[in-house]
Amino acid sequence: MALQDKYRQLVDTAVATGVNNLQIREQDGVLYIDGEAPSGAIKDRLWDIYGSIDPNFLSGDVVMNINVATAVPGARVKVVTERSNLNIRKGPGTDQPIVGKAAHKEIITLVSKANDQWWLVRTDDGEEGYAYAQYLAPVE
Amino acid sequence: MQKALSRLFKVTLFIAMAAFWLFSCKPKIKDADIQTQIQNNPVLSHLVATVKDGVVTLSGECKDLAEKEACENVVKQIPGVKSVVNNATIAPPPAPPVEIAADDPLTKGVADALKDHPTIKATVAEGVISVTGEATAANWRKVKIALDGLKPKKVDASGLTIKN
Repeated sequence: MALQDKYRQLVDTAVATGVNNLQIREQDGVLYIDGEAPSGAIKDRLWDIYGSIDPNFLSGDVVMNINVATAVPGARVKVVTERSNLNIRKGPGTDQPIVGKAAHKEIITLVSKANDQWWLVRTDDGEEGYAYAQYLAPVE
Repeated sequence: MQKALSRLFKVTLFIAMAAFWLFSCKPKIKDADIQTQIQNNPVLSHLVATVKDGVVTLSGECKDLAEKEACENVVKQIPGVKSVVNNATIAPPPAPPVEIAADDPLTKGVADALKDHPTIKATVAEGVISVTGEATAANWRKVKIALDGLKPKKVDASGLTIKN
């Protein structure tokens, strides 16, 4: 319970902002926070709070896995790379061949999710394949 | 003979009257007394009971069905209780244990997450991702979000240097 006290503000905010399927579990000295945030902004806010309690996330006592509820099949997602284009690959993994590219800031369609990391996407030009989910943000 | 019959009649009458007296004049136990008995029983302290005309209604939360039934039986034993309406709920089962990914998918996931961050290194052992190297705070945050999504047991970044 000690970790739940340390991260109380984080847990309370997750509850208050309506994170769905929220699970808070403490096991072997690690606090696991899982859930689905109503928006990308709320997910960012939770990571801000986590970073304010544990600067640069160096303590290693939290594993936080928050998905965004608006990232559903059919949703429009924006390529949020730093500046480069986003690789679209044949399969879910960086070991898979590149079959296309989506431009930086391009808005494409989320077709389905292979897993939390790799999403099947389609560009408006009809290119389809798997892209790394971290570089895709639902257009809200 | 007549005397014996009369005696039998008297004894029967006495038994009948005694039985009538026993049942009709049974001291009436007040609802408040039942309430007190329930409140003073430590086994029932987590439940709320209301009593009306000897009928006890229980509410509150029990940890499982066995406890719910046990509490009901304790209440039934209390003198004056005619019946029990057991509205106690059963606590939801405890959260399932945290699912930790196996090392093989974790290692693959870590490679994907670090592809665009060559200055950050990481190894995987028994579910723990140990991170070394160096990164800016902003880049490390992105990588940490990605690593936490892989369902690791722990992300140990004590060996990582944060650059300004």
